[in-house]
Amino acid sequence: MLRFALRRLISLGLSLLVASLVIFLVVEVAPGDPASFMLGINAQPDTVAALRAELGLDVPRWQRYFDWVGGMVTGDFGTSYTYRTPVVGMVADRLWISLPLALYALLLSTALAFPAGLFAASRRGGPGDMAVMGATQLGIAVPNFWFAMLLVLFFAINLRWFSAGGFPGWEDPLAALKALTLPAVALALPQAAILARVMRSALIDILGEDFMRTARAKGLTRGQALWRHGLRNALIPVLTIIGLQFSFLLAGAIIIEQVFFLPGLGRLIFQAISQRDLIVVESVVMLLVFAVILVTFLTDLAYAAVDPRLRRRA
Amino acid sequence: MSRTLLLGAALSGIVLIAALLSFAWTPYAVDGMAIPNRLQPPSGAHLLGTDHFGRDILSMLMVGARTSIAVALVAVGIGMGLGVPLGLAAAARHGGWLDEVIMRGNDLVFAFPSLVIAILITAIAGPSAVNAIIAIGIFNIPVFARLTRGAALSIWAREFIMAARVAGKGRARISVEHILPNVTNLLIVQGTIQFSLGILAEAGLSYVGLGAQPPVPSWGRMLADAQTMVALAPHVALMPGLAIVATVLGLNLLGDGLRDALDPRLKTVRR
Repeated sequence: MLRFALRRLISLGLSLLVASLVIFLVVEVAPGDPASFMLGINAQPDTVAALRAELGLDVPRWQRYFDWVGGMVTGDFGTSYTYRTPVVGMVADRLWISLPLALYALLLSTALAFPAGLFAASRRGGPGDMAVMGATQLGIAVPNFWFAMLLVLFFAINLRWFSAGGFPGWEDPLAALKALTLPAVALALPQAAILARVMRSALIDILGEDFMRTARAKGLTRGQALWRHGLRNALIPVLTIIGLQFSFLLAGAIIIEQVFFLPGLGRLIFQAISQRDLIVVESVVMLLVFAVILVTFLTDLAYAAVDPRLRRRA
Repeated sequence: MSRTLLLGAALSGIVLIAALLSFAWTPYAVDGMAIPNRLQPPSGAHLLGTDHFGRDILSMLMVGARTSIAVALVAVGIGMGLGVPLGLAAAARHGGWLDEVIMRGNDLVFAFPSLVIAILITAIAGPSAVNAIIAIGIFNIPVFARLTRGAALSIWAREFIMAARVAGKGRARISVEHILPNVTNLLIVQGTIQFSLGILAEAGLSYVGLGAQPPVPSWGRMLADAQTMVALAPHVALMPGLAIVATVLGLNLLGDGLRDALDPRLKTVRR
């Protein structure tokens, strides 16, 4: 197990290194020098040169790359070109909205999908199964930001149960959670539909296994056999999807934040793009990619813990 | 033909016909603004109502369908065009360095959600429909590469491939002549699914302003425009969303139906 974890860890490090190189190269070939962009077209060449020096843009590219990566390892993401404040502070503030939102949505999606998948699998082919499957087909087809707008129309504008957007801050945790509820529901619905389908088909596969027949033969009902023996074995494909979903939720949060005017990572990155604040763009993108790679790594470890066979194969 | 296939084909067919028809005819001109007519609810004159500039929503949806279909279709084309050869090559040299490089490259691309790729590209080149295509297309490459490799590997183990090798055919020729025809069904089904995901991704990107730019109508931007008026005129926000749902639902059903129709074995396993 330890060797497996170590090998995965090395592969994680390599992925991060290559990803950082790709991001840096892509952003660096961008036309438009941040310094001349900030000073406008009428700026004197020596003023631009002075600003370039101040922003650290006058050193060679490879050195800037190493400074950037080295900085990130020690928690220093550089200084925003536009706001002249440390990027790490800006990102940390926004992360406190985007990350809880994604986790909240993951929780909702799982809580919704497990019973739905279990229900559909236990009534395979029946009207209950058909109803759940029909609902999930629809759930997959609904764009989450449109569903978010419908939620605002119904629950915020018509019923006035929630506010239509904005974020009160974490000083009052209940109010903060309430502000994140509609966005989380909007994010969770399509993912819950996918997860419920995976859950159902994984359970149905398990139902055909010999050990399930044995369980039935020794006198368990279909439901009891499913609950005691089926669920655990169906968890592997379900874990994979949950791992994948986290990155979709984090990226999806960027879009949903726009619907609810939440000051999260999404707002930060779109502002940074329009202001050519490249260092912020680089850092936020790197952070998102890091999250995806890290979750993949953790999912791999989780499988290996659940299923010893996978340790040897990988 | 199954009901799933029929319903899927009908829904996707309607959207496709509407998009094609828009080249020749739309009920109103898409850029025909008429402020006095703004935010009209659906009526005989405007079947789906008008937007905040008094433009006919049905006409805009028809032209918008063109954008959605074009972006998603080309993105699937990029994914298949690059992903399938990569997957075939990886399977032909299974376990070799090429296989390893291709698979690790895939893992790397998977770490960049298409929205993140779009953000990166926009940061360099500015937002446009072409950049949306590239972003969604890049994300499609590993999907097809993985699928093709997995399916091709199981076919490489079959006896008729052994026979072809004994007959003296090279790996590349076997890949094209024997492997590819046997994975085509799978590719068609996955292509349909990626097509529907592409429609959703395009809508999302143009909603946040990273996709097609005005004056090209697109469903995502229609929703972005409608957002501030959702209380005033809900139909402006409802219609583009319903169009997206109908298209994506139709394509997903079509994919499911095709899978059952193209591979009878899967059908018996599922029932």
